[in-house]
Amino acid sequence: MLADAVTQAHPGQPLLEVSGVSKHFAGVIALNDVSLTVRSGEILGLMGENGAGKSTLLKILSGVQPPTKGQISFDGRPFAPASPLDAKAAGIVTIYQELSLIPTLTVAENIFVGRAPLGAFRLIDWRRMREETRKIIARVGLAIDPETPVSSLSVAEQQLVEIARALSLESRLIIMDEPTSALTESEVQRLLDIMRKLKADGVAIMFVTHRLEEASLICDRMTVLRDGRNAGDLERDGQAKIAIPAIIERMVGRAASDLYARPAQRHAPGTVRLTVKNLRTIRDPEAPHAIVLDGVDLEVKAGEVLGIAGLVGSGRTELARAIFGADRIASGTITLDGVPIAPQSPADAIALGIGLVPEDRKRQALFTALSILSNFSIAALGNFSNRFGAMSEKRERTDLETYRQMLSIRMASPEQTIDGLSGGNQQKVVLARWLARDPKVLIVDEPTRGVDVGAKAEVHQILVQLAARGIAVVMISSELPEVLAVSDRIVTMRQGRITGEMPAIEASEAKLMALMALDETRSTAP
Amino acid sequence: MSAIASDDVKQGPNMARLIMRFGPLIFLIALIIVFALMNGKFLNPNNILNIMRQISITGLIALGMTFVILTSGIDLSVGSMLAFCGMVSAVVAKGGTANTLSLGTGAQQGYGWFAALLAAVGVGLIAGFVQGTAITRLKVPPFVVTLGGLTIFRGLTLTVSSGGPISGFTPEMRWFGTGYIDWSFGTLSAYALPVPVVIFAVAAIICHIVLRYTRYGRAVYAVGGNAEAARLSGLRVDRILVSVYVIVGFFAGLAAFVLSARLNSAEAVAGGGYELTVISAVVIGGTSLFGGVGSISGTVIGAALIGVLQNGLQFNNVSSYTQQVVIGLILILAVAFDRWLKSRARLG
Repeated sequence: MLADAVTQAHPGQPLLEVSGVSKHFAGVIALNDVSLTVRSGEILGLMGENGAGKSTLLKILSGVQPPTKGQISFDGRPFAPASPLDAKAAGIVTIYQELSLIPTLTVAENIFVGRAPLGAFRLIDWRRMREETRKIIARVGLAIDPETPVSSLSVAEQQLVEIARALSLESRLIIMDEPTSALTESEVQRLLDIMRKLKADGVAIMFVTHRLEEASLICDRMTVLRDGRNAGDLERDGQAKIAIPAIIERMVGRAASDLYARPAQRHAPGTVRLTVKNLRTIRDPEAPHAIVLDGVDLEVKAGEVLGIAGLVGSGRTELARAIFGADRIASGTITLDGVPIAPQSPADAIALGIGLVPEDRKRQALFTALSILSNFSIAALGNFSNRFGAMSEKRERTDLETYRQMLSIRMASPEQTIDGLSGGNQQKVVLARWLARDPKVLIVDEPTRGVDVGAKAEVHQILVQLAARGIAVVMISSELPEVLAVSDRIVTMRQGRITGEMPAIEASEAKLMALMALDETRSTAP
Repeated sequence: MSAIASDDVKQGPNMARLIMRFGPLIFLIALIIVFALMNGKFLNPNNILNIMRQISITGLIALGMTFVILTSGIDLSVGSMLAFCGMVSAVVAKGGTANTLSLGTGAQQGYGWFAALLAAVGVGLIAGFVQGTAITRLKVPPFVVTLGGLTIFRGLTLTVSSGGPISGFTPEMRWFGTGYIDWSFGTLSAYALPVPVVIFAVAAIICHIVLRYTRYGRAVYAVGGNAEAARLSGLRVDRILVSVYVIVGFFAGLAAFVLSARLNSAEAVAGGGYELTVISAVVIGGTSLFGGVGSISGTVIGAALIGVLQNGLQFNNVSSYTQQVVIGLILILAVAFDRWLKSRARLG
């Protein structure tokens, strides 16, 4: 059956054609008249910053949601998948960062899930399943026992199993969403080799990534998106690689000021509040592929917004969690106002005057079933209770009202459950939660994720105001216009290390992108 | 739904919360009306007191179980724990394992009702602490730890008692199970309430206040609602988790004492199957097994609902075999009704 897929392919023929596709969400235009083509036997890079519309396009192609406007054709026929299953049946498989294998089942069971080969009495023919699996995974260079449970494989191996499964489903287009972000360097090389091999077999690959270096080496062509529109196509044209400056130019192509105005009032930073010296974390044997901090130095002053720019997997979130006592550190020192500290838990860090607005609001910050009031006061219960532990709801309400006005939180009543608020207002409640503690250092991780454009600017304004009150604000973000607009000073991170530092006025998206996404250690052609 | 994104001022959730609170109550009232129509004597004050006395033992444990379930935990060991607390308490009360109904000799050798109460409650606290610690330190799920506890405590009970009951307590001790507290307002002395009912009512009010109006209560809801967010908000999640098992242990001990006092005997088989009645009461009362949602008032209503159902069926001469079938069905129906009301509220 694999042979069929190869003979059907006509190298160079357009396989997937997207023309004039738009996607509108309640008032927001996520995709605006986007077109692209993927040919059989080629690797197309889909490039763009966060929010450029890549994910929306992937969702449309994988059948998660329909486009508002535009045509898509696949293999010469109109393509309008009603579900991910539809897309798969048509021959398009999407491999997401969050892998979709069932960890408790074996490799063979995963590959044949729902279609196990049957033998006598219509019972599962385990021997045939094992043999077929061995053949299928050999195609992606895996030589592991088909009986291995998926949970004991590395992320890279799991990815290959998913690719193998896609091939066994006679997929003709494989879409890979940030496949290299969780891989080590040698694993990346292996994956790129397999991609080349698949390409030679006539499979089309759409490679969605932030990593410019890898993309420039492997892609035959690139389609760059920016703000939901086509921002230009690039071709390799027989060169060893696509020129990186050309990619960056198309990705960022507009002044940051077009999107976010830089809040006006700036205060001269005061004394040093937080210092981090040579911070390292150890590899957790239970999570061998997690990012490890590799000697991070950092300094934040009172009244300053320090922006940390880094891609997913750069170690930015790990740094925040280590300072906050949420994860163990192996070595290094942290000092707060000149005093060495060693928080063993978030409770310790909070008591010392550090606050963290985490990356994943829903999972790490919100109590969705509880009222706005409970969500607001949870980190500062001591402020609102007497020495017997009795809460004063009156004091809670008064304080919440103060912050409601200060942050312009739009809500019906303090008793309302927080999940009824928009993302922006939820985030403001989380910010108010920390303000109630009057922290010395506030770390905000992706503060405007899932926040609509209008509220984003408000959140930015709030962060600058907090700094003006003497708080040392550390803002982690992968949205460069945001980093540029809000920060006074910017550091970039990559692979658990700080790769650059500059005042915000001297920074540009191109400079930051180069420091965040480039890897000088694997820059040469294969 | 997405059209609402621009308008943050949504009233829906509040309405849902209101109905969520009253769903079980509506169901309870409907049930009372049905039984009253079937038999006029159902609403007789004596019968009502009888129902209240019936629910007070499992009701006490259900109060503690509410804390546990609010943290998205479960305690399956409460029935066995009750037997164990009762047996240790009886040994203290009698000064030994003498199986005698004679009030004189055994009681004189014992340490009195107060020591017996302390023993019952103390054993419950320790048992709860041990289980809570196993859950948080050994990272074994509550279901498994307390399933183990279920057989461990029953085994310990049988070991202590050699399988038989310990009977015959002092009148002072028996007062806690069989006595009345007379609330005489002027000439009206008809409102004599059974002591177990008063204990249950006082405990329910205290629990309600703790959950609703204290720091600790807020923390319990937060841990149940989102343990990771609670940790990142500075709560000592493990301590709170241990504490809820200590609380349910305390109530198992208290319930054991009251039950022994009422029956004038500590039975090795006491409390068998109580865990199911207790969990049913909490769940019918609207507390979510996923944690973070629920209330003591709901639990009291849930306990009352089960009591009314058992009593009403008995009143109408439904055989105890059929009763079990009906109670099971009503449990499912009550929760389904609650779900239905909530989904209507969300749509409205």
